[in-house]
Amino acid sequence: MLQSLANLAAVFAQPAAFAFPATLAQADAGHQTPAVAHAAAAVLSVSEHFSWPVALIPIFPIVGVLLATVLAIFGNKSKLPAFLTVGCLAASFACAVKMYLDCTGGLGGTPSAPYTVHLFEWINYAWGGAPGQRFVADFSFYVDTLTCLWMLFVTGLGTLIALYASEYMSHDVGTGYCRFFAAFNLFVFSMACLVMGDNMILLFLGWEGVGLCSYLLIGYFYKRPSAVAAAKKAFIVNRIGDIGLSLGVMLTFVHFGSVEYSVIFAKAQPYLEAARQGDWLAIPASVSVIPLLLMVGAFGKSAQLPLYVWLPDAMEGPTPVSALIHAATMVTAGVYLVARMLPLFVLNEHALPIVAWVGSLTALFSATIGMAQFDIKRIMAYSTVSQLGYMFAGLGVTTAASLTAESAAAGPYHVFTHAFFKALLFLSCGAVMHGFGGQLDLRKLSGVAWMPGWKIVGFGMLVGCLNLSGFPFTAGFFSKDSILASAFSNPHLEIIGWILLVTAGLTAYYTFRVFFRVFVGPQQFEPGDEAHGHDDHGHDSHAHDAHAAAPAAHGHPHAGKADNADKAAHADFHPHPPGIAINVVLATLAIASLVIGGAAIPYMNHWVEGMVAHGSTGLAITAHAAGEAHTAGGHDAKFFGYDVHKAMMVVSSVVGILGILVAFVLHKQGRTTAAKSKADELLPLLGPLPTWAQNKWYVDELYNFLICVPLWVASHIFHLIDKLLVDGLVNTIGWLPRGLGWSVRPSQSGVLNGYAVGMASGIAIIFVLAIFMLR
Amino acid sequence: MLHTLASAAADTPAPMAGATLYHYLVVSAIMFVIGLIGFLTRRNLIIMFLCTELMFQAAGIALIAFSRFHLNHTGETFVIFVLTVAAAEAAMALALVVLLFRRKETLDGTVWGDLKG
Repeated sequence: MLQSLANLAAVFAQPAAFAFPATLAQADAGHQTPAVAHAAAAVLSVSEHFSWPVALIPIFPIVGVLLATVLAIFGNKSKLPAFLTVGCLAASFACAVKMYLDCTGGLGGTPSAPYTVHLFEWINYAWGGAPGQRFVADFSFYVDTLTCLWMLFVTGLGTLIALYASEYMSHDVGTGYCRFFAAFNLFVFSMACLVMGDNMILLFLGWEGVGLCSYLLIGYFYKRPSAVAAAKKAFIVNRIGDIGLSLGVMLTFVHFGSVEYSVIFAKAQPYLEAARQGDWLAIPASVSVIPLLLMVGAFGKSAQLPLYVWLPDAMEGPTPVSALIHAATMVTAGVYLVARMLPLFVLNEHALPIVAWVGSLTALFSATIGMAQFDIKRIMAYSTVSQLGYMFAGLGVTTAASLTAESAAAGPYHVFTHAFFKALLFLSCGAVMHGFGGQLDLRKLSGVAWMPGWKIVGFGMLVGCLNLSGFPFTAGFFSKDSILASAFSNPHLEIIGWILLVTAGLTAYYTFRVFFRVFVGPQQFEPGDEAHGHDDHGHDSHAHDAHAAAPAAHGHPHAGKADNADKAAHADFHPHPPGIAINVVLATLAIASLVIGGAAIPYMNHWVEGMVAHGSTGLAITAHAAGEAHTAGGHDAKFFGYDVHKAMMVVSSVVGILGILVAFVLHKQGRTTAAKSKADELLPLLGPLPTWAQNKWYVDELYNFLICVPLWVASHIFHLIDKLLVDGLVNTIGWLPRGLGWSVRPSQSGVLNGYAVGMASGIAIIFVLAIFMLR
Repeated sequence: MLHTLASAAADTPAPMAGATLYHYLVVSAIMFVIGLIGFLTRRNLIIMFLCTELMFQAAGIALIAFSRFHLNHTGETFVIFVLTVAAAEAAMALALVVLLFRRKETLDGTVWGDLKG
């Protein structure tokens, strides 16, 4: 602990190669208001003290991993691993809340300065005495308000989803169950390292750890080839992004001489000054390239163009995995990276616009794909990709000159709300899947919300859909509105605002397409492929009520054909409504989504802003603090003559409601069966587009053609070279003794006279030699 | 006629009268080569043995010739030994030939190709 303090002091004391402003306040006078300047100064003066809650946050999940492993070794066949996990993660959440309270001084209090909590020395290697010749990466945690914001929802959602998974995975009790929860806990630990780490190496450890856990959990059903392929795809595509991240970390070390946030942000101050004034030439290339590299990693992890292809396939994993990892937490790691490294991102005048463009284009692109899919989990996956695009766009539309607390907070705000409602949506879809024997096709399910026992699922789904569509006064509405407002505030990137607005309409449409097809309408269902194990569940009271109450509506499309065993099992199938664990979790999340949005509007917006501004992101903030007088720049932007924020509230509501209405007309009105709706009549009008969208615009095929096929060809060429050249060389050398023998063998002909000739010629040669020697 | 030509030269010995060492050695060599070629070419085991005996005798002639040339009895003594050994060896060799004949019912040497390869 003292060692790391000494290191920090030594780094600060060394003569810098660049001009370091005498005091921070002087440098920032006239650019920052006192409150933000104080916050920025606080960020720079990072102190270090030990704090038990912070240290325990990652330790509880590790305990969970160990417990689950031990239970697996002892062949436990109960739900104990799940409840232990819930316990550990709840403890972690309690520590996160305590950390938050310590860091912010209570609800609505003034945030304290960021501090680091040192656990143990991990990497400390010096190969020389000069400043850039020491590599320090300790296992320490950097606690500021951004960290607190992230850890609250990571641990909170982790707890809830573990509870959900205790019931969802209950048919798999035994080693599989323990394996699931071990990987689950490991995931939360890695995410904690990622978010709380105080240096980029610990972030990278967490980054790879979540990638690993994602692989383990997507491939949980390892006997299914599609799941294994999806797991490999996720890991490999993530790895491609990791090239960028690794290079970024390396370049950061090369330039700044350290990978620790406190040191980096301190040394980046002069560059931030130059960036604020638009003096881009004063920033060396080795610094301005760093954000470009880091964003590649962020795009890989957070499934943006072109590295998004793994996320839809990742739906092969169990639904709790999809909810936690691929909706709420892991995929936000990229957004976290950009938010944390925002001081570096503003140093390149093009970095944030690129992020914004990629985010918005991804949002639009994946929304179009989502509109044409039939698998509800896949639709939610594409919607996750789309919403992640929103988050990146939210972060990207800020620039160093007009960076306000509000616009910088838009992205993280959407992360926070999206985590809740997307988890809610996935968990509802999962409940449907769980209850209908794995059926996810929206052409085969209808009217689920009216079936007995499914009310809470329906309610949860409705709340989630409203949030996702940005219906007024839901949490999703406020966060989406904040992003749209930031986009329209930026004069150069207004187009992004329009793209996001159109995408909002599409989002509302496809979200409510799912809702109106699956949850309302005539009650019909067709069980999925996993229906066999559910026959015994079907004979409880809920299902019998369903049978008795609505025999006519209990339409079995293939009830007449009971020839083979499968069909007979399906004919007996009764949907299995979710049990208490799932319902409790869904209800909690629904209420949370409504509370965060509805009741806490003015508080929530500024709360997130405050959390973001007082973190390291605050270093990049200039111009205005939240709520102060508006001057030229961010807050003055007009949208067709109206103030941006108010205009956006109205416009995005209108667009959202329009999307919902279109979905209603096309998918609910006049629909009598699960399979067809009015939309099917309109499809031929659009020509080949729906088919292309359904086939995901053939991106996977394109990648196969561009990357897999050349690699396949190259591998065959190398195989040939290996076989002919390398093996050929070795075989030739091996052939030489055989060849030698082959040439000499005729002398052993077995012909007596031949041997005699040999003897005679040998004597003759000796004779001749003897004559010549004696001469 | 050669005789008269030779005695015309006073001190050169007449060819018929003087058989020099050279002549004996030539005879020996020719006999040896005939024996060798015979040994290498013939198939009949007994004829092959006969040719080896011929080679022995050729060596014997060379030895006698050298003995006469050097005017001592060393060569002659050695020839006695050679002839004795040749006789003993002949007995043994013919015994072997008889055994070989009994095995394959033929005196052809080419049937013994088992050591081929």
